[in-house]
Amino acid sequence: MSTFQIDFGENKKRIIGIDLGTTNSLVAYQSLTGPEIIPGADGDKLVPSVVSVARDGQIVVGNEARKMLITDSGRTVYSVKRLMGRGLDDVKDELKLFPFRVAEGSESVIQLQLGDKTFTPPQISAEILKQLKRNAEEFLGEDVTQAVITVPAYFNDAQRQATKDAGRIAGLEVLRLVNEPTAASLAYGLDKRKEGVVAVYDLGGGTFDISILRIHDGIFEVLATHGDTHLGGDDIDNLLLRIAIEDIQSEWGEDLSGNGEAVQMLRRAVIHAKEQLSFVPASVIELTYNGKAYQREITRDLFDTIIADIVNRTLLPCRECIKDAGVTVDQIVEVVMVGGSTRIPLVRKAVEGLFFSKPHTELNPDEVVALGAAVQAGILSGAVEDQLLLDVTPLSLGIETMGGVMSRLIHRNSTIPASATETFTTSVEGQRNVLIHVLQGERELVKDCRPLARFELRDLDPLPAGMARIEVRFLIDANGILNVTARDARTGKEQSVDVKPSYGLTDDQVEAMIRESYEKAEQDFRDRQVREIRVEADAILAAVEKAKRSDAYFELSDEERKAIEQAINEVLLVYHSDDHHLIHAHVDKLNRVTAKLAENMMNTAVRGALKGTKI
Amino acid sequence: MPLAAGGLPSLASDYFQFFGLQRKLTMDLEDLQKRFYQLSRLLHPDRYQRKGADEQQYSLDATAILNDAYRVLRDPLQRAEYVLKQEGFEIGEQRSKDVPPELLEEVFELNMALEEMREGDASARPQLEDARQKFLTMRDEIDGQLVALFTKYDASPDKSVLSEIRAVLNRRRYIRNLVSEVEKELAPAQA
Repeated sequence: MSTFQIDFGENKKRIIGIDLGTTNSLVAYQSLTGPEIIPGADGDKLVPSVVSVARDGQIVVGNEARKMLITDSGRTVYSVKRLMGRGLDDVKDELKLFPFRVAEGSESVIQLQLGDKTFTPPQISAEILKQLKRNAEEFLGEDVTQAVITVPAYFNDAQRQATKDAGRIAGLEVLRLVNEPTAASLAYGLDKRKEGVVAVYDLGGGTFDISILRIHDGIFEVLATHGDTHLGGDDIDNLLLRIAIEDIQSEWGEDLSGNGEAVQMLRRAVIHAKEQLSFVPASVIELTYNGKAYQREITRDLFDTIIADIVNRTLLPCRECIKDAGVTVDQIVEVVMVGGSTRIPLVRKAVEGLFFSKPHTELNPDEVVALGAAVQAGILSGAVEDQLLLDVTPLSLGIETMGGVMSRLIHRNSTIPASATETFTTSVEGQRNVLIHVLQGERELVKDCRPLARFELRDLDPLPAGMARIEVRFLIDANGILNVTARDARTGKEQSVDVKPSYGLTDDQVEAMIRESYEKAEQDFRDRQVREIRVEADAILAAVEKAKRSDAYFELSDEERKAIEQAINEVLLVYHSDDHHLIHAHVDKLNRVTAKLAENMMNTAVRGALKGTKI
Repeated sequence: MPLAAGGLPSLASDYFQFFGLQRKLTMDLEDLQKRFYQLSRLLHPDRYQRKGADEQQYSLDATAILNDAYRVLRDPLQRAEYVLKQEGFEIGEQRSKDVPPELLEEVFELNMALEEMREGDASARPQLEDARQKFLTMRDEIDGQLVALFTKYDASPDKSVLSEIRAVLNRRRYIRNLVSEVEKELAPAQA
């Protein structure tokens, strides 16, 4: 007979699966019957990836923050995923479209100015993660500290690292980063009969991924992946928004583009119209602002023309991916559609045209990634035993060599974990340091690739030029993140490696943010305790004031009355202190010295009741 | 696999050994894939999440070798180069710069045509397309030669066969570079 084993040991902690999306985020867990989405307190499964810093400094996340997009657009952040692991230069253009401001000193990490505080993108993402963590804890009735988080397959090292940092700041140990299309395939492949080569087409709010996998006997082997981390539903919104703003300028003679509130209202109207167009042949963009009304009908034909370019931009990565996977189109048995933007009829038509097969749309494209993340969480916890994901690295990894050429060490679409070893030497007599410049990308020249990090081999033994032999091992782990270790090949000694990421936070910065977040959490907790004890103090003070007017009070001795007066004064004295222990102590004392009074009152009440009279 | 201290199998650094295979240049790819999946189930970091740090590191290292080995062994060219390297042959891209004598004339004409294309003279296009086709045919012939040489080596592992293989591989690499250069000129729009 099989029995359920309930073990609350450290190793059996539940792992949650999180889809940290551009537009919406979800959290799911592996239940006894399979993966399930955990709804928030408001019953919604989708938590909008919106974070707002209220005027009193309080941080608001999700649906509530979405409302503040309109009322407090300058203090509210959406689509922060597009900024994760990016430098200012990468996102200059789209920052113009965001209502929030970028703070000074944003060279290696973007700093967003919200009110009088600055936040990095990982800190904003951490707030979303904290909300999902709270939702899961409330729903499951237990602490949650470990998670699997999904990322776009085409995310580079810096973007992955930033996501992991966000998890750490939120108090989550990120056990695994899983690629979104791969996660989706896990949820899709739950049906045991699924076998063969499948493609996952994932067009979300801000990113596009295409992955081709071979599913065989529970093994999900990614053959190739391709994509664009800056392509998604947001781009469609921005196109429509631009049209609407131009319309309004010519109709009202007013440029709304600098007006955060109006732009956010218009953005919402545009999204509404876009979403409707997936189901009806025409819809209307409507805005009423400052007593003026704007209306514009958009037919699906017009919509298709507007977005044709964006849809086409997804097809080239698809073709490349098929080529890289070494398969032919007719070998692909099914196409799984993921991400809200795949509801758009033109997208479905384009995918059908390319793969010659009807795309698979039974799964809710908003939920499938989170469900897959929960399955992966189940694999890691040992709850799911028959499935295994073999993923790949989306981008080649290499180092800078003579003449600014990128020398590739690990090719894209290599199954991860993957490693490469390279031996370095010195070029000058007595040289003590060697600098290694690591890059990611597919181009030949260093300047066209993305700088990933600079590693410095330090404190080498001084030797004639070319004599040193330092073996450096580059290892891409199962999260797609680079690890570097070095060894002196002559002595076998471990060689220290100093890592300076080109984009993103250093370890020290992340630590500081974790501390800050932790301290803030402590402060919040203390504030709440103080507020609670003050409420208690208010209640007892009011009760004692009332009792002082009753007969029972005058039945007390002078000393007893004096003790009560003194205790009241003490409570009033410490009332505004922020030490809840202190307030607590005096409230307790007041409770103690009024115990007899309360008893007398009770007796009086009983006596009165027996006499049938009211007191 | 032999067991190392601590009950974990010690990691074979030889790719063939890692897969429990004899060193052969011809490969049953279906069998290789089956072994790869089996070993993945056994070694993958996902299976070690609840284990100690040492075992996790072991799993990571083992899976990295497994994946690297699979990548090399499933590809006939990389597999052959791997064996050549093990046998002390030097494999270098530089060698592919030497034009094989029998191709000298061909390459000279091709370079002229490429030059014309780069200067915007589209009339060289048909010539380039012909050349591309010719080189692709040559490549297929070479692949046929390789298969024969692989079988020959597996029957009697002899260094002289390996040096023949190396010469053919270099020729193939040279032709591959030519093809990709021609293709780059023919389809600049897709770049």
